Amino acid sequence: MIYREAGQFKTSYAEDQRIFPIRQDRIGMALLLFFAFVLVPFSADIGALLPGALGAPFNAIGAVFSSQYTLQAIPIPTLIFSLAAIGLNILTGYAGQLSLGSAAFMAVGAFAAYNFMLRVPGMPILAAFVLAGLTAAAVGIIFGLPSLRIKGFYLTVATLAAQFFIVWALTKFDWFSNYSSSGVISAQKVVILGYVFDSPAANYLLTLAVVCVLALAAKNMVRSSIGRSWMAVRDMDVAAEVIGIRLMHTKLLAFAVSSFYCGVAGALYAYTYLGTVEPEGFSLDLSFRILFMIIIGGVGSILGSFLGAAFIVLLPIFLDNTLPALFGDSISATWTSNLQLIVFGGLIIFFLIVEPHGLARLWQILKEKLRLWPFPH
Amino acid sequence: MNRFTLKSGKAGLLGAALASVLFTTGALAQANEQFIPLLSFRVGPYAAGGTGVFGGMIDYMNLINARDGGVNGVKLAWEECETEYNNARGVECYERLKKKGATGGTVIQPLSTGITYSLIDKVAADKIPLVTIGYGRADASDGRVFPYVFPLITNYWSQNTVKIKFIGQKEGGMDKLKGKKIVNVYHDSAYGKETIPVLDAQAKQYGFTVTHIPVAHPGNEQQSQWLQVRQAQPDWVILRGWGVMNPTALKAAAKVGFPREKIIGVWWSGSEEDVIPAGAAAKGYTAATFVPSGTNFKVIQEVQKHVIAKGKGNMEDKSRIGSSYYNRGIVHGIITVEAIRKAQEKYGKKPLTGEQVRWGFENLDLDDKKLAALGAAEFMPSMKVSCNDHEGSGKARFQQWDGKEWKSVSGWIDADRALVRPMIEESAAKYAKEKNITPRDCAKEG
Repeated sequence: MIYREAGQFKTSYAEDQRIFPIRQDRIGMALLLFFAFVLVPFSADIGALLPGALGAPFNAIGAVFSSQYTLQAIPIPTLIFSLAAIGLNILTGYAGQLSLGSAAFMAVGAFAAYNFMLRVPGMPILAAFVLAGLTAAAVGIIFGLPSLRIKGFYLTVATLAAQFFIVWALTKFDWFSNYSSSGVISAQKVVILGYVFDSPAANYLLTLAVVCVLALAAKNMVRSSIGRSWMAVRDMDVAAEVIGIRLMHTKLLAFAVSSFYCGVAGALYAYTYLGTVEPEGFSLDLSFRILFMIIIGGVGSILGSFLGAAFIVLLPIFLDNTLPALFGDSISATWTSNLQLIVFGGLIIFFLIVEPHGLARLWQILKEKLRLWPFPH
Repeated sequence: MNRFTLKSGKAGLLGAALASVLFTTGALAQANEQFIPLLSFRVGPYAAGGTGVFGGMIDYMNLINARDGGVNGVKLAWEECETEYNNARGVECYERLKKKGATGGTVIQPLSTGITYSLIDKVAADKIPLVTIGYGRADASDGRVFPYVFPLITNYWSQNTVKIKFIGQKEGGMDKLKGKKIVNVYHDSAYGKETIPVLDAQAKQYGFTVTHIPVAHPGNEQQSQWLQVRQAQPDWVILRGWGVMNPTALKAAAKVGFPREKIIGVWWSGSEEDVIPAGAAAKGYTAATFVPSGTNFKVIQEVQKHVIAKGKGNMEDKSRIGSSYYNRGIVHGIITVEAIRKAQEKYGKKPLTGEQVRWGFENLDLDDKKLAALGAAEFMPSMKVSCNDHEGSGKARFQQWDGKEWKSVSGWIDADRALVRPMIEESAAKYAKEKNITPRDCAKEG
């Protein structure tokens, strides 16, 4: 009823090429961005400015997002892992190259940003993030080289080497951690144009802005000729070569772009979320989690990266909050901890059975149903 | 259409119910309670450590509540949050729990070096003491730079000098160390590498040679490393292991015929869980500890009488009461409770804030008499914390595995603080410079 594109005509190529061709989607996206950029961090301030009843809804939202917990501990990691998942999705979902090195590329980004900030006087933090991404991209190209010769599971194993090698190198060579005896780095203060980003709201906005810009770039990349050549390589590389796509160029570009995204995600992880990182934090385990994010969210979908990251990051937190409260003292803490894993695993299997193509596909089906609603035939 | 709305209605109800549960739990905290957030981990590869230590700590806090009615009438309250030993989850748990309770979270003990590092800046901003007993950042012992961090009893560097002293004792004097060969088999990680500079400095000081042999995580294959050990023919081996690496090392040592009596482990390599899987190969192996195993201590018997016997014990497996992890948890409990008690002397017998409890930790003084009164004589080393010294003790002792249980083979041995302290100050000063921290002047602290 409300979600119907009847009467929306496209009269120019620009309109035809929009990311969101349907007006309702554009409005929805604008509202979502308004919510994320304005309402989440500033509701309490707006509520204080507006009189009585007008300010009440703002105050209500402000109350939920007033604490550091709801502003920093929950949305920031979700956004950061969304970015890492977009990175892996570009490589695996669009270009078809299975990789288990995402966490290692995040580590490269985090340590590169730290070293650029430390060793280059007056380095602006955003430039350090970009350089961190570029460093990760360079490392990604090196570890992407085997993809020119091998495919599928064998390539996965080759990227596994990246995972182990990078973490080993960061631990082994003390220079990377500025000779700290424990190998741990501690992120410098984030200052942009004289403003110190130390409040939860500031960290949140910085992360959100970086993630939005990069997500938009990713969305446009996969819709462009680059994305189409990735998909051609994914679907059949021999055929892609025959129609004139340069395999080496395309595959390495996918590795570079993917690692760039993971690198920036790693830098954000160190600077806006954890504050202190160690190489062991970027273990194979984290790589697997990022892989699960795109499998559950939807392989080959930017939206899926966000949905998958939200699922993997938020669901265990939600379970950890609710299960002990539901059961109280009737079962032991060890059991509730294990139960969380059981329920989490169960839900993953449930969603994969219901929709093997991921949450993004579920969302698509929902939209199609909504178009017909309330008169489905 | 009907089906669709019905379904979504159900889902909505369920969601609302869960959400209401989520948002009402915070209200349960009572007014006259001291709230202690527990960043515990009970699943995953380190679950043995997490369930033991947090089980012991909860049992001790239950003892204080049941037997004494709390600390001077202020009951202890706590809430657990599962970190899975994962840094990101640890930070999430910290943010979730830090504001709960009447006065907010008052002390954080993550039992994970990784989470500790992630929280160091955050606790200073939130004014909550971060207590890491026997692990964590060694240079945080310099309380002038790290006012909110307390690596109590022994840091890794101190403990390592204690090991060398113990070896010296066995050899019949520190001067006998000259010309001896020591091999350091370490877990190839930040944790494992941490003691290398200390060992090198001591090798120079006492004239022994030291060889460092890394074992890649997780360390379930050590054939080549132990062949290397055999080739080096060392007089002693220091085992700086972690998890599955420990029993594997002992088995590999048995295979190449290196005497287990000559292997000295760090306390992360010295629990029952580290030696039992190695079976007979572990017999004779010695490990450092700051709390002996066993139930033959008054404080453990009190816990058994007032908590376990009443069915309130936290341990699923009652046979683990008295194991090294469990006893460590009791020490965590004792130190936490005594710091709160100390802080109450200054700020009054009411729930205190993290900032006030921090003062309690900084002025904590547990001498042997006090420990005896707590039923913990010989159970933990005496300690005296100060503004300058956030370690407070540096002592450790050694116990040997006889195939069935840990047997104490030494008294408390002091760390070589003359060697460690300058290294700590140097490292802390470097951190202060990186972070633009002006160290406190301890003469002005009350």
